[in-house]
Amino acid sequence: MVKELEKVDVVTIGAGWTGGIVAAETAKAGLKVKSLERGGYRDTNDYQRVHDELKYAQRYELMQDTSVETLTFRNKRDERALPVRRLGSFLPGNGRGGAGTHWNGQTDRYMAYDFEIKSMTEKKYGKDKLGEDSGLRYRDWGITFDEMEKYYDKFEKTAGVSGEENPLGEKRSSPYPNPPMIKTKSLKLFEEAAKKLELHPVMMPSANMSQNYTNPDGEKLNQCQYCAFCERFACEYDAKATPDVTVLRTAEKTGNYEIRYNSNVTEIVTDEKDKNKVTGVKFIDTETREEYFQPADVVVLTSFLFNNYKLLRVSEIGEQYDPETETGTLGSNYCYQTGLGATGFFDEQYNTFMGAGALGMILDDFNGDNFDHEDLDFIHGGSIHFTQTGLRPILNNKVREGTPAWGEEFKKESVENFTRTLEVYSMAHTGPHRDHYLDLDDTYKDAYDNPQVMLTYNWTEQDNARNKYLTEKCAEIVEKMGAKHIDVQNGDLGDYDIVPYQSTNISGGTPMGTDPKNSVVNTWLQHWDRDNLFVAGSSTFVHNSGNNPTGTVGAFAYRCAEGIIKYHKDNQRLED
Amino acid sequence: MPKKNMGVSEMAKEKQFSRRDFLKTTGVATGGIIGGSLLGGLIGFNMDGTENTSTDTKSESSESSSEGLIIPEKGRIFFSKDEDFKVIEAAMERIFPDSDIGPGAKELGAAYFLDGQLAGAYGNNSREYMQGPFYEGTATQGYQSNLNRAEYFTLGIRKLQEESNDRFEKSFAELEAGEQDEILKDFEDDKVDFDIPRSTATAGYFFQLLREATLEGVYSDPIYRGNRNMGGWKMKQFPGHQHSYLNLIDSDEFQDIEPMPNFG
Ligand SMILES: Cc1cc2nc3c(=O)[nH]c(=O)nc-3n(C[C@H](O)[C@H](O)[C@H](O)COP(=O)(O)OP(=O)(O)OC[C@H]3O[C@@H](n4cnc5c(N)ncnc54)[C@H](O)[C@@H]3O)c2cc1C
Ligand code: SF4
Repeated sequence: MVKELEKVDVVTIGAGWTGGIVAAETAKAGLKVKSLERGGYRDTNDYQRVHDELKYAQRYELMQDTSVETLTFRNKRDERALPVRRLGSFLPGNGRGGAGTHWNGQTDRYMAYDFEIKSMTEKKYGKDKLGEDSGLRYRDWGITFDEMEKYYDKFEKTAGVSGEENPLGEKRSSPYPNPPMIKTKSLKLFEEAAKKLELHPVMMPSANMSQNYTNPDGEKLNQCQYCAFCERFACEYDAKATPDVTVLRTAEKTGNYEIRYNSNVTEIVTDEKDKNKVTGVKFIDTETREEYFQPADVVVLTSFLFNNYKLLRVSEIGEQYDPETETGTLGSNYCYQTGLGATGFFDEQYNTFMGAGALGMILDDFNGDNFDHEDLDFIHGGSIHFTQTGLRPILNNKVREGTPAWGEEFKKESVENFTRTLEVYSMAHTGPHRDHYLDLDDTYKDAYDNPQVMLTYNWTEQDNARNKYLTEKCAEIVEKMGAKHIDVQNGDLGDYDIVPYQSTNISGGTPMGTDPKNSVVNTWLQHWDRDNLFVAGSSTFVHNSGNNPTGTVGAFAYRCAEGIIKYHKDNQRLED
Repeated sequence: MPKKNMGVSEMAKEKQFSRRDFLKTTGVATGGIIGGSLLGGLIGFNMDGTENTSTDTKSESSESSSEGLIIPEKGRIFFSKDEDFKVIEAAMERIFPDSDIGPGAKELGAAYFLDGQLAGAYGNNSREYMQGPFYEGTATQGYQSNLNRAEYFTLGIRKLQEESNDRFEKSFAELEAGEQDEILKDFEDDKVDFDIPRSTATAGYFFQLLREATLEGVYSDPIYRGNRNMGGWKMKQFPGHQHSYLNLIDSDEFQDIEPMPNFG
């Protein structure tokens, strides 16, 4: 028997950044809001013994449990997809705060070029440049950077982002709420080298606090201690902006908000009387295994990329994308990023084991269309990063190319190089491709008997060319930094590998747009086929940029919340 | 400070409250009660009532220390056979050998680390998807075996022994270093045929597991029984768990810091 709960105004599926932002804004506006979160409650008290590389960085203590739910993967459409049995390439979150609990806090904006990539590229270089023949499917997002700026500003203030004006960045309506992080010796070395090459390095925008900070909602954050257990770890100091210490607290303070933990949503229910509406969601209490129905006026999917896709698909909302006919939209536009670079080996020792998740410098000289692509066989580019996030010993064993992977020589080199290697790397765009998409895999089931999501993804020729270009730029900087030996990752990318961690910056599957023929939601993130259903997160991106996603994820979540409040008042579709 | 004439439980309550009040004034972790770990490490805050804190921290650590608990240095829970343990210890030592720059995997207790891991969630793949059907994947699809790691290591050790007996008529543990390396290299290159379906296990994948476990064993927190005397960390000049680097982060000098374990 499915137990029916009391109706709420808004229900979010998941309580990470997107769920938290939507909850905070709608609860402040007086709506009754509930989040259903599959994971458990956790807060700063859980993180007092968090400096444990094995438990958190190797065994993924804070992340999704693949024995409950995972995905299957293949590079090409004619291969057999197999389950991701152990997490690797990306690390989806689980529990209060979602992945925002263990993110780094590198908080970028996208560029004006990103939102209008198709029209701008076509205008400057002609239609051929877009690579349609090779299967690439670029389009504009249906919204401009200028329209998004105020939402970026809002997210940055909530998250207390520290940073400095970027000479290559878009215009800002106000400065960063906090001054930049501390510039370390190795950062200065990078800065000097980049400036010698006439590039434009700036301090990386950081959601690790550069000083004590109170955000506009009154949430207090403390100064970052540069403790070096940040990425993949939670912060024991409340010094990293996370949903837990910002938006979720803000929502809870209103008295209009509640999170129900251990509640795994399995279906979004369509209104039988009005096919353009949903009535609520079904979920399973993961402790008691009882099934519930949560009715709501508005349902918001904030469950991260794979489950945003999956819950629509298993609920039969929208049309599945078919790569053969290129019809349907659900599952399309899946994109990733390349993140390779150049490693410099030095004689001098650096304090590489100190740092913070977003301590670094960044330059946009080779990002977007900031450089001429006339003679290049790719579009867009990537940001170039130099970070000091704090190295830990299990995962960091740098040796020069050609050195054996074990034995005495390996030991000597990897031990010595722990404090003697500095790495400059790129974070690069990839574009939507006809053959890269999400589907369901009926062979493999999750713990609730739903099919697993199936991912088909590979690198393209453009990705190869872009990576080669960017990694060689990285190498030029490393050389100017005075490295005695440099290894550059400019070779062929080969097939995309799901095993090694690359980043959790994945996008697409439920892309936004202005035309229901090629998108799943409008630019308010309102579903085309269900007026009271919204989908927030990087799943709504049309492509993946050369920057970190969460600034843009947060900005769109604020826009979505504004749309939900408006919709709840006058029940009108928002694109009209 | 505890007031006089209080019952024990009242005193405990009082202590918790004063600590929580303290945390409120510093703005940290407003939600609850926190162990000594954080308090010692806060740098850059205005810390009124520091005295109060340090007594709290002390009394807490003496409360939790349990005298008389002895974990034998050579105690094991997973490997029941001495010979199997010697084989894995020898193989790990070749991956990370004793050398002039510092101790090897054996001295660092990496095999004891693995012993504990194989008996728990890691060995049982408890937080990993283990439903069939099982197929051999492509190189980019990752772990696809129907075996859990405890079974995989057991099989791998058996195969190391078979290979060693075939080639040298001795146990792997008794071979010369060069002979051990020869076998391990063939495992690494996936040249040893396990004579079972490749979807179940391969020499190449076993080697990857072995290498990864060795590095974890020499560098994880000593609570896991490897990295003995924090010798792995000392060699690599990794300071382990430090509360804060705020006062050192802008230093131009390299900092050689005595490492600290997570539970110091
Ligand atoms: C190690 C790491 C480092 C990162 N560093 C950065 C960085 O520096 N900069 C950056 O921009 N981004 C970074 N990211 C990415 C960033 O964390 C994400 O973009 C962001 O947190 C996504 O927020 P979200 O709300 O969309 O999803 P999530 O935070 O994943 O939240 C989704 C929530 O939904 C819950 N959920 C899922 N399915 C269900 C269901 N069926 N029922 C109920 N609940 C469900 C999940 O448990 C989860 O809590 C990093 C990610 C990781 C893992
Ligand atoms: S580096 Fe800073 S923000 Fe990150 S966990 Fe440590 S103290 Fe917190």
